Amino acid sequence: MTTTERRPNVHRRQRWEDWLGGFFSSSVGLKWLMAITGIGLLLYVLAHMIGNLKMFQGAYEGGEYAIDLYGEALRSLGGDLVPHESILWIFRIGLILAFVIHIGASAALTKRNWDARGTDRYEAQRHYAAANYASRTMRWGGIIILLFLLYHLADLTFGWANPDFVYGAIYDNVVASLSRPPVAILYLVAQVALAFHIYHGGWSLFQSLGFVNPRYNVWRRYFAIGFAALIFIGNTAIILAVWTGAVA
Amino acid sequence: MDLTLKVWRQASSETEGEFKTYPASNVSPDASFLEMLDEVNEHLNEIGEEPIAFDSDCREGICGTCGLMINGYPHGPQDGTATCQLHMRKFNDGDSITIEPWRATAFPVLRDLIVDRSPFDEIIQAGGYISVNTGAAQDANNLPVPKEAADASMDAAACIGCAACVAACPNSAANLFTAAKMQQLNLLPQGNPERYSRAVAMVETMEQYFGSCTNHGECEKACPKNISIDFIGMMNRDYVKAQFKFTARDAQNKGK
Amino acid sequence: MTTQHSPNPGSPALDPKIPPGPIQDRWDDHKFSVKLVNPANKRKYDIIVIGTGLAGASAAASFGELGYNVKVFTHNDSARRGHSIAAQGGINAAKNYRNDGDSIYRLFYDTVKGGDFRSRETNVYRLAQVSNEIIDQTVAQGVPYAREYGGLLDNRSFGGAQVSRTFYARGQTGQQLLLGAYQALMRQVEIGPVELYTRSEMLEVAVKDGRAVGVVVRDLVTGEITAHSAHAVVLATGGYSNVYFLSTNAMNCNATAVWRAHRKGAYFANPCFTQIHPTCIPASDEHQSKLTLMSESLRNDGRIWVPVDPDDRRAPNDIPEDERDYYLERQYPAFGNLVPRDVASRAAMRMIEQNRGIGPLKNGVYLDFGEAIGRLGRAKIEERYGNLFEMYERITDEDPYEVPMRIYPAPHYTMGGLWVDYNLMTTVPGLYAIGEANFSDHGANRLGASALMQGLADGYFVIPNTINDYLSDYLNTKPVPTDDEVFMQAVAQVREREQQFLDINGTRSVDYFHRRLGHLMIDYCGLARSREGLEKAIAEIQALKEEFWRDLKVLGTNDSLNQSLERAGRVADFLELAELMCRDALDREESCGGHFRVEHQTEDGEAKRDDEDYAFVSAWEWVDSATPQALHKEPLTFEYVPPSQRSYK
Repeated sequence: MTTTERRPNVHRRQRWEDWLGGFFSSSVGLKWLMAITGIGLLLYVLAHMIGNLKMFQGAYEGGEYAIDLYGEALRSLGGDLVPHESILWIFRIGLILAFVIHIGASAALTKRNWDARGTDRYEAQRHYAAANYASRTMRWGGIIILLFLLYHLADLTFGWANPDFVYGAIYDNVVASLSRPPVAILYLVAQVALAFHIYHGGWSLFQSLGFVNPRYNVWRRYFAIGFAALIFIGNTAIILAVWTGAVA
Repeated sequence: MDLTLKVWRQASSETEGEFKTYPASNVSPDASFLEMLDEVNEHLNEIGEEPIAFDSDCREGICGTCGLMINGYPHGPQDGTATCQLHMRKFNDGDSITIEPWRATAFPVLRDLIVDRSPFDEIIQAGGYISVNTGAAQDANNLPVPKEAADASMDAAACIGCAACVAACPNSAANLFTAAKMQQLNLLPQGNPERYSRAVAMVETMEQYFGSCTNHGECEKACPKNISIDFIGMMNRDYVKAQFKFTARDAQNKGK
Repeated sequence: MTTQHSPNPGSPALDPKIPPGPIQDRWDDHKFSVKLVNPANKRKYDIIVIGTGLAGASAAASFGELGYNVKVFTHNDSARRGHSIAAQGGINAAKNYRNDGDSIYRLFYDTVKGGDFRSRETNVYRLAQVSNEIIDQTVAQGVPYAREYGGLLDNRSFGGAQVSRTFYARGQTGQQLLLGAYQALMRQVEIGPVELYTRSEMLEVAVKDGRAVGVVVRDLVTGEITAHSAHAVVLATGGYSNVYFLSTNAMNCNATAVWRAHRKGAYFANPCFTQIHPTCIPASDEHQSKLTLMSESLRNDGRIWVPVDPDDRRAPNDIPEDERDYYLERQYPAFGNLVPRDVASRAAMRMIEQNRGIGPLKNGVYLDFGEAIGRLGRAKIEERYGNLFEMYERITDEDPYEVPMRIYPAPHYTMGGLWVDYNLMTTVPGLYAIGEANFSDHGANRLGASALMQGLADGYFVIPNTINDYLSDYLNTKPVPTDDEVFMQAVAQVREREQQFLDINGTRSVDYFHRRLGHLMIDYCGLARSREGLEKAIAEIQALKEEFWRDLKVLGTNDSLNQSLERAGRVADFLELAELMCRDALDREESCGGHFRVEHQTEDGEAKRDDEDYAFVSAWEWVDSATPQALHKEPLTFEYVPPSQRSYK
């Protein structure tokens, strides 16, 4: 045998993949994209969580809720210099792009991985020694987060899933939504999925970007744990506070 | 001790395979795993059944020829150990052991437990070397290499090319092998001139055959030489950086 | 009884082609005087290389770089797996980076002396000369040698030398050097001049009009037999220690290529010169498939001892200092634990013969790091030998940091091999042998860290500069076509032989015969040999061979991957080679290096050489299956290192 031609070539590059020197058609390039968009999404999740903490601030003396004002401030970013909501929409489009790229890349990689793995599976139960629950559930976790996100938009952005929805009245909308126990439970489940996703993704992105240095490597894991915990604690605090009536 | 083996049998890459069960009796705990299989083969030969085909050569854990999935562990349950260095004292009397070949689309089974791992050679062929012709070298000590670099390079170079990393990976990715073979050279001053073209060539050859890394770390655990996945991070960095470099390959492609 | 037969009048005479002049200038003069092939003409030549260990891979890569068309074959699944990979300790070179009095001349001197004055001075001098270039070349390839903090290369000492000249990459020097050669080879595969055939075993040499014109190869996956022709064939197929069944060689190491070449006219030189390595892990039971070597470098820091009292049953750490016999330090104060391998092995053998062996089977001696760990600290020892210690622990289930290692001598390397001239060409024109497959540089005993040196010297620097002398005569000639009768015949022979193995349909497996052969060989042609034993061995090997061809059982077919069939061919050749080894040992009425005839020893049991009658290379010529080989003698002269009784005291 010299070079074996019967060997299946798992990934033949498509024509459209050749732009930018093939970087974005390579798995390493796609993982890089996932890491970059992942960082964007992490920042968004962090900002979102901080903003939501305004729920605890309740109402100002004028009767206006802090979080409602915060929402209005977001919509009127740029003041009178730009049309209303335009800056917010730029952020939203960026966010949507990040989601689409993150999910698209992961779908493409998943397909390749399944092809590479083939149909013959191991008979014996595999003993995963290093892979953890979080790393092995990234795909399912991601799907749960996506489904939740769609519900969340329908619930609190567009109001389709929330009969008492009033545009701009964020505080009342959140209270109305999370006072229903099934919804609160759904939100909690999503937070668990998100925490797991960040626990692995927040570490994995350093590998994908090539931030490796034995001296600092341990901090990558601390970062992922810390970030996942921060988001989880912040968000669940709000959910539980509303559900239990501490914030009403 | 007495054991029951459940072994994958397959006559060739063209035929379907199946599991068959064989007893292994009076196994000495001091025997190596492959010596245990030798004994089973002697018995099979006696009763007129073709012996189980498996790859092995040095039986010292250095050549990388052997490699079996043993009860769901690549190279068996002992850490940092190739199949040939696994000894039966790690098993108990009465155990049932499932023995399978490495599974990956890129590694078709040639017979029984033997797979074709030649994509690994292709990855090396693509750029896993330093281009220096025989006789063209300067005096060895003219080029000091920091001890830390030499040690890190040696850590990567310890790879024996057994493909346990691919076998262990839920995505059948070969990133640990490719990264180790690449960083062994990229970490040294001698490897620096070709660093980025090497990164592109090796990664893109690898990706023709294997899945992608999702940073599980299973490969590192399965590796009989305990090679660190840090090298995968370094490979990713070199590959990304290469996108911003004008490499020898670009120069070659310029006219096309 | 003498087994000597006078050579046929028509058989080739031995002309070692040693260049004249002062030894320092011979290699340079020779490179100047041989005929060259100009760069544009090199692509008109085809060269076949068999084997991808250090010698084969480095030769094939270098040929490719020069522009020759190369086909390289290996029975392994990749060119990275040759057994050179298992060499642990290091590679010698006369760099004198330590400022400890080393020089090319001293490396030459040590190697000739270490070989017990049975090697060719001129070859050894060349080896010492190119040793430095090997280090330069491999460093440039990126071999991660051990370094000091200043970034320069580190060295350690090895047996048989009083200078520190061994370069190393942890305990994996062979692996790293082989990977360097493999990578250079794969680069040539990528560029184009080299075509690599893996899982392909050479089973026959084709010889036409007295010249080697090609080979016959079996594809080990499909069983297909194919012929390949070329202007020259280079065998780099390693040694034949597996004739002993239990050896430190890899399972698939075999002598088939050299033996087939021998049967086609290549003389076999010094077959009885085998090396039994002193530091292997003792066998634990009769099912053992191979022995594992512990690098000789361990003797740098480890101290070898046995209890003074043969009946001492205490655990080693409970035996006080004054009840231990550090017998090497006692008998050889100058070299101590670093005496050459043959001396160390025989000393261990004597201890075990005196019933002073240790371990459950009383088949070992202690190699103790207690003192070194106390002196240097565990971390330092771990840095130097960590992987070896781990390997030891895995095999024996004992922790060598706590308990002394148990070691015992095991067959490891064969100094004998195909006879070659200064150009590394065998007695068949166009057929070359390099690395361990030839007999050339180590005489009757090889020094540690010299095998890697010789393999790479032959492959990188010698044969690329000597093969042109032969090739230049065949400019603008085509290789013999593979449908020529000589190839058809060779292919038919190979097929027929395979069919024979399958047709015997006896009762015993290949391994059964191999094990029995191994027992015979280690008992009668191992560390100590006697006339009586060798004669007995020859008779028993003949009987075993007859039984093999009558009672062998090989299942399966020849058109598929069939490991039993592969082994059957190898063991059939070992059976013939074993007989020749015994004949050679019987013929050589002296003790030298690894060849120890009990009839020829000094009063204190050291080897007693006979320079008067045996200062020659025995080169055996194949006659036919019914007649024992004929002996040719290449006289050895020593102009620069006058033979002396080797003393390491």
